[in-house]
Amino acid sequence: MPLYHNDDQAMLKDSVAPFVAEQAPVAHLRSLRDSADATGFSRDLWAQFTEMGLPGMLVPEAHGGLGMGYMEAGIVLEEIGRNLTPSPFLATSVGAVAALAKAGGTQAGRWLPAIAGGEAIVALAIDEGAKHRPDRIATTATRAGNGFRLDGKKSFVLHGHVADMSIVAAKTDGGITLFAVPKDAKGLTADPRRLVDSSLASHVTLNGVEVDADAVIGEVDAGGEILDALLAATRTGAAAEMVGVGQGAMDMTVTYLKERKQFGKLIGEFQSLQHRAAHLYGEMEVARATVMKAQQLLDEGSDGARLMVSVAKAKAGRAANLAVREGVQMHGGIGMTDEYDIGLYMKRDRALAEYMGDVHYHIDQVARMNGY
Amino acid sequence: MSDLDAFRAEVRAWLEANCPPEMREPVRDEGDVCWGGRKWVFKNDAQKAWLEACVAKGYTVPDWPKAYGGAGLTAEQTKILKQEMKRIHARSPLDSFGIWMLGPALLQFGTEEQKVHYLNQIARGEIRWCQGYSEPGSGSDLVSLQTFGEDRGDHWVVNGSKIWTSYADKADWIFCLVRTDKANKYQGITFMLFDMESKGVTTKPILLISGNSPFCETFFDDVEVPKTQFIGEINRGWDVAKYLLGHEREMISGGGAGGDMVSIGGAFAKAFGKNAAGELDDPILRAEMAAFDVDVFAYRAMGERFMDMWKTGRAHPASSNMMKYVGTELNKRRHELVMSGGGSEALEWDSEETKGGARPRAWLRTKANSIEGGTSEVMLNVIAKRILDLPGA
Repeated sequence: MPLYHNDDQAMLKDSVAPFVAEQAPVAHLRSLRDSADATGFSRDLWAQFTEMGLPGMLVPEAHGGLGMGYMEAGIVLEEIGRNLTPSPFLATSVGAVAALAKAGGTQAGRWLPAIAGGEAIVALAIDEGAKHRPDRIATTATRAGNGFRLDGKKSFVLHGHVADMSIVAAKTDGGITLFAVPKDAKGLTADPRRLVDSSLASHVTLNGVEVDADAVIGEVDAGGEILDALLAATRTGAAAEMVGVGQGAMDMTVTYLKERKQFGKLIGEFQSLQHRAAHLYGEMEVARATVMKAQQLLDEGSDGARLMVSVAKAKAGRAANLAVREGVQMHGGIGMTDEYDIGLYMKRDRALAEYMGDVHYHIDQVARMNGY
Repeated sequence: MSDLDAFRAEVRAWLEANCPPEMREPVRDEGDVCWGGRKWVFKNDAQKAWLEACVAKGYTVPDWPKAYGGAGLTAEQTKILKQEMKRIHARSPLDSFGIWMLGPALLQFGTEEQKVHYLNQIARGEIRWCQGYSEPGSGSDLVSLQTFGEDRGDHWVVNGSKIWTSYADKADWIFCLVRTDKANKYQGITFMLFDMESKGVTTKPILLISGNSPFCETFFDDVEVPKTQFIGEINRGWDVAKYLLGHEREMISGGGAGGDMVSIGGAFAKAFGKNAAGELDDPILRAEMAAFDVDVFAYRAMGERFMDMWKTGRAHPASSNMMKYVGTELNKRRHELVMSGGGSEALEWDSEETKGGARPRAWLRTKANSIEGGTSEVMLNVIAKRILDLPGA
């Protein structure tokens, strides 16, 4: 498969890009933020997403979705990134769907149609500390009665306080097991925190939460593979969103270079800025290609996907970070103001950079996967 | 089985039957690279047999038309051939500036007669070409070149000098930018072709910091060039040169720019040893190598996307400048890490154990990557102007 969008994907982009730009531009983020919105995203907008079939794009057709791939989901995520749209799309429609579809069974039948129908928001309760360390999960699931009792603390759980269900990764006797924990479960509390990018992420406490045996996603002790699928999907998705954030910041900055005058010249005439902008362009193009490669390999079910997912998260992280830093610097003083959008790009980038493993985590993963 | 699958099977069988085992070994030194030409001495029978097999099949230039010595393969078939060659580590049967640079210019600007004549010679490895572009006073500002061809009716008399002419001392013919109108900067250059054995041509190798001399200074002293030996139109050689520079960057972008596109840390872990956790036993170097590996794998994806887009006309025409910039900077970084990884061993300049100082010489050689074929700074200028459309660039 060539590494560019085919005609169907180009058509998808042509419908999604103007839709997101019109319905959820940066002003949409501002209005949620300034109204101290407690949900973290707009349910009206999510209903519009649903009309377009977007929440279920990755859901298999048998479960009421569109059965599309990561390349297609990436198109939506890039636009979400470019417009800084607050949305549960990444966690619910990408991460949760990947896990449920991989596992199949009762929970897939219960939740996938609901996600596709725009009725269910699902949160991913994976991280437990300030840094992403999915290989050191301490939350425990112990057998109790007909099911399990969950104890532990989760952090950085996007939409955790409004999710209809949370996917909780916990340690069981012989490995990792994933659980579908409904929002009304007793002993489950979500404490939402406003993050730097105005999104809401929860500290989730599981205090003797009792779930039935059928709350297990997949098989007991066999959650490792399902978690891997969830992580690969979410990381690739976050990388695609970062490409959108970086591209949005870069486009805004290049435009500014063509408008702002100092010393009687457009600042874009200065070679020092031209070279930095040109360097950034190269980094963004490479990041985009890398993310597309990861999407393609995931869609093909290739063994090489794991490496490329980490490469993509790291590369997109580096490139988008450069884009927002150069963006603020090249905007000068106005870049420091709340009124101007470029700073919002810097904030969203920071949150995405941390989500599901930062640049350093994934660079380390690349070393491990190459035997050093 | 699809047509392409059938083609792959056919290629695989052909390679199995025709690529000698010696030609599946990594290239160790310059002598392992086959350049062809009138003066070429094959290193061994296998090198000769491999070239001859490929010439007969049209595989030295697989995507050129059969009438010009190629195999007439489509882009997809060519990709498959390359993949299959890579799979068995087959060496390139023939490296040549004729294939990489003059050929594409002829295909675009040559007359039918020129194409049949010169392209077949190139495809068969009969004539080794060199390139006469830069001059001592004209580097990045190439269009300021001064080598002059005086019109004498049926021929020009060329005087001047060129620099950085790769392997000019080994080449049979030169394709050369010559000023033919002093009054017109851009439309006063002709793209000439002439025999390096012509009277008045002399070459002098330039000793580089790597200790090697792949480049020459080339002097023209009243060299007579028949007025049939040019490509395109008289005084419009700059169009050909620009096209070729673009093609050169594309070619570099298509594979060469990033150098050896494999994990550097993986290769070094053996030499360095690992700690109890299985990590390369130098944490900071490990981190730098891993960060570099991310960029290598990312650039590999970029190379694939670039070629897919370029071949189907989807790429921005100036995007090869970006590829060249990113790739050459990456390769320089690789060799810095190779030197760090090698420590004091990698300082040895001529010992047998270090294959005659292969590492330091290669490291120094890479410093030219971001100078030749357009400097990194010129690449950034082009991106700023043509892609980002920045003012006054």
